[in-house]
Amino acid sequence: MKSLVMAASVAALAAGGAWAEEGKVKVGMITTLSGGGAGLGIDVRDGFLLATKMAGNENLEVVVEDDQRKPEIAVQLADKMIQSEKVDVMTGIIWSNLAMAVVPAATAQGKFYLSPNAGPSALAGKGCNPLYFNVAWQNDNLHEAAGAYANDAGYKNTFMLAPNYPAGKDALTGYKRTYEGEAAGEVYTDLGQTDYAAQIAQIRASGADSVFFFLPGGMGISFLKQYANSGVDLPVVGPAFSFDQGILQAVGEAAVGIKNTSQWNKDLDNEANKEFVAAFQEEYDRLPSLYASQGYDTANLLLSAMDKADVSDAEAFGEALKEADFDSVRGKFSFGNNQHPVQDYYVREVVKEGDVYTNKLIGPSLTDHADAYAADCKM
Amino acid sequence: MSFILLIEQVLNGVQSGVMLFLMAAGLTLIFGVMGLINLAHGSLYMVGAFAAAAVAAATGSFLLALVAALAAAALAGCLIEMTVIRRLYDRDHLDQVLATFALILIFSEGTRFLFGSFPLFLDIPAALSGPVMLPGGIQYPLYRLVIIGVGLAIAAGLFLLIARTRIGIQIRAGEADREMIAALGIDIAKLYTLIFALGAALAGLAGALVGAIQSVQVGMGEPVLILAFVVIVIGGIGSIKGALIGALLVGLTDTLGSVLLPLFFANFMEASAATSVGSSLASMSIYILMAGVLLFKPTGLFGEA
Repeated sequence: MKSLVMAASVAALAAGGAWAEEGKVKVGMITTLSGGGAGLGIDVRDGFLLATKMAGNENLEVVVEDDQRKPEIAVQLADKMIQSEKVDVMTGIIWSNLAMAVVPAATAQGKFYLSPNAGPSALAGKGCNPLYFNVAWQNDNLHEAAGAYANDAGYKNTFMLAPNYPAGKDALTGYKRTYEGEAAGEVYTDLGQTDYAAQIAQIRASGADSVFFFLPGGMGISFLKQYANSGVDLPVVGPAFSFDQGILQAVGEAAVGIKNTSQWNKDLDNEANKEFVAAFQEEYDRLPSLYASQGYDTANLLLSAMDKADVSDAEAFGEALKEADFDSVRGKFSFGNNQHPVQDYYVREVVKEGDVYTNKLIGPSLTDHADAYAADCKM
Repeated sequence: MSFILLIEQVLNGVQSGVMLFLMAAGLTLIFGVMGLINLAHGSLYMVGAFAAAAVAAATGSFLLALVAALAAAALAGCLIEMTVIRRLYDRDHLDQVLATFALILIFSEGTRFLFGSFPLFLDIPAALSGPVMLPGGIQYPLYRLVIIGVGLAIAAGLFLLIARTRIGIQIRAGEADREMIAALGIDIAKLYTLIFALGAALAGLAGALVGAIQSVQVGMGEPVLILAFVVIVIGGIGSIKGALIGALLVGLTDTLGSVLLPLFFANFMEASAATSVGSSLASMSIYILMAGVLLFKPTGLFGEA
């Protein structure tokens, strides 16, 4: 019996795409929907599903699963999606460590992977793959934009703070790649640290003229509330991850006036964005975050490729994706040779609009910016 | 490093230790008296923080928020003690760990169901915000000083409760010999519920106090829970005094380690490598402390064999 089933599944595998109906694409979305980082995954999912709903393309089927922010669960889900769900395209992962656990295996099995968030350097340089597209940014990009802003603002002596894990080290590397001033101090905090009194005291004593920090999610909330209450009033700059729509309400007044860098903001002036922001508010009754915008763009990229090619023809479908022929909510958007974005980055300021804390666009930081690893990609 | 900075960091260490004590006190009481490993203690911390955030948002009063945190956590504690925990006292530790881990998941997803996935806002009251100038020219946030004060007051209160009151006698008797105090006609079920609620209320209060300077979000209790377990292992399981000393040791080691170790390595290493090595070692420091204590005192500093 067992061998019969085996034989049947081998036959099914051999038949491959022949069973799939013409033009249909099945998407497997693995993202974080429970636990501490759930807000990000929910935004990516909602943005993605909004775009598919607006397009009304019946050939697109989406399966969503929750990875609980755990690499081992993400790997199990990916196996299930590839082997029993038989998805054609995968997407959704938020965290770089989970992406590293899933993406290389998925592309090795011939599945397209469209990253709506994580952009680890290992997948942008030597590890680039024709089936892997990053629709958000390479991890360093927003920090590079922050460094460029620090130069424009005339900061000469920055105190830098990031958690002690790969993306934290990438953050300081990214910032220093563009920032031209001195380092007043460089501190790595514990991942998930909630009390920053010790670091704030170091900032106070360091003689810095500005503070750069990358503390995503709850870590950023804690830091900003404690910083605002410490009496240290140096200007703060950071990537958008600590200032997204989901967490600003929890930081409140402490975040107002802080400059942060992003590839997107809700008041970015283009038609696609206006339509997106209005539709998102209509559908979910909250303002979209940058994560939602990335999910939305990912879905629209996929839809644009579906109009041009059939997913069973991987080469043609890959070409169609690479053209990035869709109306991005970021305005202009294209892929570099490593299939990572070449796009503009902006400086935003946290403001209070009515009762809601949100970001206002101030100006460009980096234009037509690619990532530093593209040259290592032989593709 | 200047002397003033050092003093400031010592204050920071004491403050984080005092907060840990509120968590560890409940945990160690529950373990000491009932022999129960309660992984869901971190969830009660979260319940306190969420209750405080909800009430503060509705009423604008921080004091009411604290009362709500105490009440909500105590109530949640009573509820789970009577429905779930009570069935676990006679089971082995593995069953307790499994069941209370399930409670963590239920609390986390229940909280998400009620409050949504995004962190809540809870701020310190205006009267306590901003820094104050301490003698010697140290600028220090007033709220953190208040936390130290509140924590030490509660520690003193707990000592009095256990050393001087009838309930305290029953708690100590319960630690020494469960069967005997039941035989002496004390309603052991009621006593257990009471102790559990007390521990829960302390965790809830810690959640609310800390929530005001950190982020109130689902899963906020688990990192603290791990530290609290380290504290009670260092202090000796079941000992309130051990919990206080252990909490202060862990708070100080954690804070001073993260500041001093990178500086120490900077003496003979290049700056960014020193930061990296120092930070990595600092995050291990409390576990090294725990291993060191256990090496010389296998039952913890104030534990009984």
